[in-house]
Amino acid sequence: MLSLPLLLQEAHAAYEPILPAWILLLPLIGAVVNGVGAFNWRGNKAIPSIVGPAAVIGAFAIVVVNFLAMRAAAPHDPAIVSLWTWMSAGDLRIGVDLQFDQLSMLMLLVVTGVSSVIHVYSVGYMREDPGYSRYFAYLNLFVFFMLILVLGANFAITFVGWEGVGLCSYLLIGFWYENREFASAGKKAFIVNRIGDFGFLVAMFLVFVHFGTLNYETVFAAAPAALAYGGAVVTAITLFLFLGCTGKSAQIPLYVWLPDAMAGPTPVSALIHAATMVTAGVYLVARTSVLFAMAPVSQAVVAAVGAGTALLAATIATQQYDIKKVLAYSTVSQLGYMFVAVGIGAYTAGIFHLMTHAFFKALLFLGSGAVIHAMHHAYHEVHSHEDPNDMRNQGGLRRFMPITFATMWIGTLAISGIFPLAGFFSKDEIIWYTGAYGYGILWGIALVAALLTAGYMTRLMVMTFHGENRTGADAEPHLHEVPAVMWIPLAILAVLSIVGGWVNIPDALPVLPAVHALHDWLHPVFEPARGILEAHGLHDAHSSPIGGGEAMWAGISTVAAAVVIILTFRALVHRTWKPAADSTEPTGLAGVLYNKWYVDELYDRTIVLPLLALWRGCWRIVDAGLIDGSINGLAAGTRAVGWIGSLFQTGRVATYMFYFVTGVLVILATFLL
Amino acid sequence: MRQAYIGIAILLVVGLLNAGLFLALSHLASVRRPTKVKASAYESGIDPLGDTRDRFSVKFYMVAILFIVFDIETIFFFPWASIFRELGLPGLIAMSVFVLVLGVGLAYEWKKGALEWE
Amino acid sequence: MILDFSSSLHIVWALLPEIVVAVTGLVVLMLDVFQRGSRSAPSAPWVGPLAITGLVGAVLANAWLLTLEVPAQNAQIAVDGFRIAMNFIVLGVAIFGLLYSFDWLNREGQFTGEFIFLVLMAVVGMMLLGGTRDLIVLFVAIELMSISVYVLTGYDRRSRRSAEAALKYFLMGAFASGFLLYGIALIFGSVGSTNLSLVTSEIALGTASNNPMLFAGVALLLVGFAFKVSAVPFHMWTPDAYEGAPTPVTGFMAAGVKAAGFAAIVRFITIELAPAAEFWEGIIWWLAMLTMIVPNLAALAQDDVKRMLAYSSIAHAGYLLVGVAADSPLGRSATLFYLAVYAAMTLGSFAIVYLVAGKGDVRSKLSDFRGLGWRRPLLGAAFVVFLLSLAGFPPTGGFIGKLYLLSAAVESGESVLAITLVLTSLISYYYYLRVIWKMYFEEAPESLPTPERPGLAFGFAASIGALALLVAGLFPGHGLRTASRAGEDLVPRAAVVAPGAAPSARPSGQDPAASRASSNVSEPER
Repeated sequence: MLSLPLLLQEAHAAYEPILPAWILLLPLIGAVVNGVGAFNWRGNKAIPSIVGPAAVIGAFAIVVVNFLAMRAAAPHDPAIVSLWTWMSAGDLRIGVDLQFDQLSMLMLLVVTGVSSVIHVYSVGYMREDPGYSRYFAYLNLFVFFMLILVLGANFAITFVGWEGVGLCSYLLIGFWYENREFASAGKKAFIVNRIGDFGFLVAMFLVFVHFGTLNYETVFAAAPAALAYGGAVVTAITLFLFLGCTGKSAQIPLYVWLPDAMAGPTPVSALIHAATMVTAGVYLVARTSVLFAMAPVSQAVVAAVGAGTALLAATIATQQYDIKKVLAYSTVSQLGYMFVAVGIGAYTAGIFHLMTHAFFKALLFLGSGAVIHAMHHAYHEVHSHEDPNDMRNQGGLRRFMPITFATMWIGTLAISGIFPLAGFFSKDEIIWYTGAYGYGILWGIALVAALLTAGYMTRLMVMTFHGENRTGADAEPHLHEVPAVMWIPLAILAVLSIVGGWVNIPDALPVLPAVHALHDWLHPVFEPARGILEAHGLHDAHSSPIGGGEAMWAGISTVAAAVVIILTFRALVHRTWKPAADSTEPTGLAGVLYNKWYVDELYDRTIVLPLLALWRGCWRIVDAGLIDGSINGLAAGTRAVGWIGSLFQTGRVATYMFYFVTGVLVILATFLL
Repeated sequence: MRQAYIGIAILLVVGLLNAGLFLALSHLASVRRPTKVKASAYESGIDPLGDTRDRFSVKFYMVAILFIVFDIETIFFFPWASIFRELGLPGLIAMSVFVLVLGVGLAYEWKKGALEWE
Repeated sequence: MILDFSSSLHIVWALLPEIVVAVTGLVVLMLDVFQRGSRSAPSAPWVGPLAITGLVGAVLANAWLLTLEVPAQNAQIAVDGFRIAMNFIVLGVAIFGLLYSFDWLNREGQFTGEFIFLVLMAVVGMMLLGGTRDLIVLFVAIELMSISVYVLTGYDRRSRRSAEAALKYFLMGAFASGFLLYGIALIFGSVGSTNLSLVTSEIALGTASNNPMLFAGVALLLVGFAFKVSAVPFHMWTPDAYEGAPTPVTGFMAAGVKAAGFAAIVRFITIELAPAAEFWEGIIWWLAMLTMIVPNLAALAQDDVKRMLAYSSIAHAGYLLVGVAADSPLGRSATLFYLAVYAAMTLGSFAIVYLVAGKGDVRSKLSDFRGLGWRRPLLGAAFVVFLLSLAGFPPTGGFIGKLYLLSAAVESGESVLAITLVLTSLISYYYYLRVIWKMYFEEAPESLPTPERPGLAFGFAASIGALALLVAGLFPGHGLRTASRAGEDLVPRAAVVAPGAAPSARPSGQDPAASRASSNVSEPER
């Protein structure tokens, strides 16, 4: 083994990834060990408690070393690690290649870092669960696939990771598979994601047809010459890719699965459905920024869909009562911001927000997990079947859970964009560039959504932590703070939510020193795409659509957010809510928002039900009808249905021969006629 | 075009004409006055019993299969015998293998008891 | 060793693997019947290992064929990479099929030498089908294979379903054989030979265009093959026969008969009849389209896993036809690779179905798979691998195979087929994953018995099968290289210039694609 300083010294000359395969192998080994454990030593909690987090923390350590080495070397080109040739057929050669560049390195840090924290937290959260070992197996496996997704040096490897994280997400949503509703949430996530995958596959197919390869480097180098700027091909490729992204990253129209995905354990919601997997779409757009930069139509679509989702989800979040649903819609909304950023070409801003969002949204989810944990515990003690997730049953928890309370307020201020927390810098950058690049309407939407964010987050905090406790007199004495293994992760994430934004401080702000660390870091990755955009007329207006400079608008937005927070707080803090069991369904606009604009119902009526009806009808006729029919020999009604079906699969040889001969005659006729 | 088949074609035509001619002649020349007794099927003087689509014992089929197998064997033997000399030793070996395989089949049937009627 | 077909002994060498299997079959039959007499009690347990030994011997003989040098390919049997690869696949199907079936035979109390004999005879037929270059031998091979499989389908004499399936399969099969035979007769009639090297050169000489008799012959030959691989619309027998047949037999015929059928299609249609491409191109294209779409939709409605797998097997014939339709060395390699992968996953799936179904094959409904993953973890894991591979998920061999087929289709410009393949695969996710869902996410009721523990042979076969699929998915390099070598090595045409045929009339006839292109040039636009 080489010692660390020596490794770093060596790396200084030219960046060579250090132990690249182990970054992937450690989580995989963890998954295998825990997977074996799930069958063989179900009762044992010690092994998964150690192996699960250790595998991810080990990977994080290697990533940090790699990060330091890369920072020292500051390479301009990505380092490709070829593990083996996966397949070669004809002209197609796909290698299991890993790409280490500034973008994937940043993602590696975020993914392994946040995962480490959440794994530790899970040790406390899931301790009582009978599927403890299985849980860690899935979680490790998820990290493994997420890292593949991030590190893939070609579309195919990325797709493997893309499918893999989908699979793990599906497994974890349905983790408590005894519960029917949870299981059907898993199915919904599955079907919606298949629609997205279809987009990814078609895009991949088009790329292969036009470039003859799937390697990112080759494709991006060849793209400006091979494809026409704004042409149909590049537009189609990017739109299909974006369809994939809307599925994975829960954007309009495919966002419906994410709130239902909250059926899984809360740390999973924090890791997969907030911090990492759902940002894969943003990452993919950033990764293929060269292609998107060449397709102005797709860019506009991405930005518009992002803005629309940001606003829609924010409105829904204002009227939800399930604490996790609020956070889920908040996630959808924040992902919308990221898409706005990568859509308008402000890639660094998008990735910046991805990073800070990972910190504060993971914090908020883990905080909500702590609340649910405490609530669940209290209800469990008194054998109550109330819903621990419902904020109408909570309230006044600050007295029982001071640490959770404090850290969650930090997260709330961060996501609301209050200076000088992380969200202020990243969200402001997005809003600012949206205006400065001339997307006036989107800029307005983004501002409104930002204010809504401050509003619904404050509402969440007030309902959960302030006012009177509504848990019920007998359950109340059982409420208490979560153990250290759970609150220490909260504290770590709280610190990150404060300082996370300081890597990028705009020039325009007075007082503060300007910091460009993130911009400089990502510069080599986005340089080609930015070059294309600037060559085709992208320019920074240095003012918002209605005038005013960056500093002014930053000030306005943070003050406005603060005002919203204070007003919401004052309006709600003395309001009394009835516990969930005594409440009626909201009416009017609140009802529409509570029912999520009835989008689920709309989908059910317009797409799912007709499809199901058509499907059932068809197969009743063609197959199901006749199998039942031929076995039971039943009533005339079914027989009439079965008769049409029986034209095909009757079980009678004579019919089969008839179709056989028909087939032969058709074949002969095609030529002879 | 394909001279070799003309003979067959002629034979076919002549055969059809011949058959058709005699059928037509008997039809034209005969006098028919059917009665019930005349119209009934003639089964060696015994009244027909039931349907002909009856179930037969599987033993009949065993015999039938054996007959066909060895019938086909003779069909192969004739052409082989006619060019026996040209084929020489390899031909003899090949035919022996053929007979051996049939022999295996016979031995199997025998041991299985398919040759015993009861 | 240099093979010289003018010597009879050398023809024996060229047929060595087939002969080894056939002799093993006869020996098994004789030893068994002399040991057992007329009793219908189960056979002695050693007939199984004996048959496996014979098959392994055939594998070795087949490997030995690789070392042969064949200067003149003018015999009725080809000695080329494609045939050897097909033999490996078919022998693998036989070995694994037998290993899987022992548990079933013992459970049902029907372990007899006849079963093994019939399997071995079917294998001889399959091997000849992939290797022969003569229409008469082709017919004999296809009948040897078919008749053995008909009997195997009705092997479970106590079961009415089995008898019904066998009768249907037999009637339809005989019907299809009639068409096949008629096709052979028409080709013979229009070309004047059953030896394909002569047929090919005759067609290439220009007798092909506007010859309805030849076209009808090719079409009917193709219909016969399409029946064997159960391509739509000649697939109607498949669900019934597959569902009724004893389950290990279903696996064997789904894997073996299909492999042999495709070997015949590849060799006879795309290689030997390459000059007549205008006749069959369109047919294969439509067969591929229909065979991908229809069964995938039908499978969605099935709630019986065995019947669902039957439809899935038809659908896979469709994917394989895409490789044939690509009509390129890459397409043939892809077909070969996918056949091997398909054999592994299909054999394994059907075997697990019979294990779950219990005595009498009664429990094969979807709901009977509830909780399987927790009750029999290893069995469940193997089934997951097989199902994911059937669906074409990475990192399994099924994924690589489909990708390979896709790239072949794209390379040949068959985009519509490629897109259909992707779309229908996506549809198929639903019915495969539904089984996995039942296995892991639904609790088994108390009343549902836990499947019995599989025997050693079964366990061995299932773990090797599942591991092989994973290896093929993760490190497919070696397999792909082998497949691409075998797919390109189909009877070099150089040696079979027909006596009297002017070489100039067949420009570069060695390369099927080139000769096809040239024959297309001389013909009117379609």
